[in-house]
Amino acid sequence: MSIDMSQFHQVFFEECFEGLEAMEAGLLNLDMGDIDSEVINTIFRGAHSIKGGSGTFGFSMVADFTHIMETLLDEMRDGRRKVTQTAINVLLGSVDCLREMLTSIQNEQAVEEAGVAKHKAALEQELNGSAKTEHSSAPAPITISPIAATDVDDLNKTEDFELNEPGWKIAFCPYLDLLKTGNDPVRMFRELAELGELTAFPNIQDIPSIYELDPEECNISWDLKVTGDIPAEEIKEIFNWVEGDCELDIQALVVKAAPVTKKAAPATPAIKETEADPVPATVASSISAPVEIEAAIAKGPVKAAQIEAEQAKNVVQAASSIRVDTAKIDALINMVGEVVITQSMLGLVGENFSMDKVDQLKKGLAQLERHTRDLQQSVMNVRMLPISFVFSRFPRLVHDISSKLGKKIELKLVGENTEIDKSVVELINDPLVHLIRNSLDHGIEMPAARLAAGKPETGIIELRAYHRGGHIVIEIIDDGHGLNRKKLIGKAIEKGLIEDNATLTDKQAFELIFMPGFSTAEKLTDISGRGVGMDVVRRNIEALGGNIEIASELGKGTTIAIHLPLTLAILDGQSVAVGDETYIVPLVSIIESINITERMLNKVAGKGETFRLRNQYIPIIRMHKIFNVQPRNTSKMTEGVIVVVEGQGVLCGLFVDDLLGQQQVVIKSLEANYRRVEGVSGATILGDGSVALILDVPGLVRFSSR
Amino acid sequence: MASVLAVDDSASMRKMVTFTLKSAGYDVEEAVDGVDALTKAQTRQFDCIITDVNMPNKDGITLIRDLRLLPNYKYTPMLTLTTESGMEKKLEGKAAGATGWIVKPFDPDQLLKTLKKVLG
Repeated sequence: MSIDMSQFHQVFFEECFEGLEAMEAGLLNLDMGDIDSEVINTIFRGAHSIKGGSGTFGFSMVADFTHIMETLLDEMRDGRRKVTQTAINVLLGSVDCLREMLTSIQNEQAVEEAGVAKHKAALEQELNGSAKTEHSSAPAPITISPIAATDVDDLNKTEDFELNEPGWKIAFCPYLDLLKTGNDPVRMFRELAELGELTAFPNIQDIPSIYELDPEECNISWDLKVTGDIPAEEIKEIFNWVEGDCELDIQALVVKAAPVTKKAAPATPAIKETEADPVPATVASSISAPVEIEAAIAKGPVKAAQIEAEQAKNVVQAASSIRVDTAKIDALINMVGEVVITQSMLGLVGENFSMDKVDQLKKGLAQLERHTRDLQQSVMNVRMLPISFVFSRFPRLVHDISSKLGKKIELKLVGENTEIDKSVVELINDPLVHLIRNSLDHGIEMPAARLAAGKPETGIIELRAYHRGGHIVIEIIDDGHGLNRKKLIGKAIEKGLIEDNATLTDKQAFELIFMPGFSTAEKLTDISGRGVGMDVVRRNIEALGGNIEIASELGKGTTIAIHLPLTLAILDGQSVAVGDETYIVPLVSIIESINITERMLNKVAGKGETFRLRNQYIPIIRMHKIFNVQPRNTSKMTEGVIVVVEGQGVLCGLFVDDLLGQQQVVIKSLEANYRRVEGVSGATILGDGSVALILDVPGLVRFSSR
Repeated sequence: MASVLAVDDSASMRKMVTFTLKSAGYDVEEAVDGVDALTKAQTRQFDCIITDVNMPNKDGITLIRDLRLLPNYKYTPMLTLTTESGMEKKLEGKAAGATGWIVKPFDPDQLLKTLKKVLG
């Protein structure tokens, strides 16, 4: 039968990547002082599964590679080998290497063999290294089963006679409990009969009397004769499983005195070669290895940037299919069922409609509305993924970077099961990586500095996610030295970003780091930014419809909080009227809406209009001017409404005719259906079928400041 | 139609085994680990069990040992999926009551051929 194995590849790859993640997490969790055997077991199981699958699905390169990892881990698991930091680093490197290999294979690209060989050499070096508690100098134990070796040897003696009189004589005497392993002599004989002509002579003299007979025991033995040109291993294979459960004697039918030749049956060297093969390979490559190993070990942290890029790639890949809890699917199917029932009920009402059925119709419509809402909720739920999809990559990042910086840092993950829309998950990865790197590099101090400041040597970075309202909040909290307000202001003045005598609140001072071209690190490192970072981070987060806040206390630490909408498909909006048009302002960016009086207005020559709100001057954007529509109430400020919004940390007042109401709107892409329009992030369809534009508040603020 | 319970924590292996056996006309049920398998084996009688050795929660060896204690599975053929290097595992499996083993990696034909050894 031919079965197309490629149909299992996708599942196999997904499983491998999951396995690798589990292995990585396990390796990072291993505590040198106190080795948890269950953790080692988990890591071993990962390697074991990948090896088994890759062999079966024909990726022998992966199988060979994981075989070495498996052997190493197996020895660790059995306590035959000590777990060392070096070994862990080598294994971590191998995990990366495997991931690259699998990605290449998955994308049908050539595998970078040099890199693979390097990691393989490092693994083999580790395997043959001194950390082993026994067989210290011997290579990996190759167990050649004595049975396999000797028995086939015995059989060889007879093979020269096959041409004379082919056939075998087998004395088969099962032990009493052979049946209890599920083996059945009858089935074995059936197989023998398939190989050649079988004659069986049962010996029944051992069967006890009926009173003593235990029907569960096997009391019969057999003398068997099979004639035909049958290779020795085929006979042996049939009895393979009952080895140790019976007395077995296999002989060639005709026994003539004949010289035992050295000419071995083809099967023998084949068996020996495969069993013995790893030895020469191991020795050979370990000789050339030492130099490269250093490189391989050192490569880990250095490649951080590359790893990051790959991680981003992985996120995109993971997005092509998602795992959904079956409970969610069930809920969905349930809802669809309800909708169908309601629909058929409405159909019935409509069939012979008369005015006395209006009540029924109304009831049906109300039901339909409820079900549609539930259905929408269920569908959105399917797209929700736990944030651990993103978080799970960070322990490695922190491990690599902190060891490179020589800092001691513990990463705490809180609320990993908080769910967030798939589309947001994909886009939040990069900004988070950037922020965590910042905390690692600039936030947490060196161990000595921490001790001097009376803090524990190990710094803590906490990554926390939780739901608040219709939003998800992600916080990055470090207990480092915090932001230095004076330093920030000094730097900003030096760079000409603010006026010399500007008075800033703490919040405003911290916000300076989000300004383009601002970097406070004394010297640039390859780990975190070149001052192009934070403003990009903020822009990306605002592009997702979220915002970012920063709080810090000098000497105590910094907290960065990101607020994101749960989904990018639906948005909580405030409808506003400008002339005959309706626009949607994302609720998240609205601070407040007010009517203003003439007194608050302030015209600055050449700089447009502002109004004063609690001692702050806020620029006003006349919406009808920007969108070129006829205003409903003249253009008098006092007759309309000012919606105060915040974008990129800047407050701004949108002058509109009226507030219409809050509603959830489904976002339709304007770019896909029309083209990009500045100041507009998308469109939606209102209840009456007309189109309303959704405002891009940060874009509008930028637009108007020009 | 003989029924088979395929136990493996790896979804791809499980799928491959199931697909192969189903195309050969067997009635196949899947279990994700030993605990799952033991529950499923108690709800209906299978003619053969094929199980991976290394699994979380309950490994294949323990599963076989537990199943052999059940009157219904005293003589049922049980095969372990094992890697070539694991001769010790093969013997350990036998000691627990396994009928035999299938060596990984294997292709569908090997799997069917081996299964034919224990199912008539």
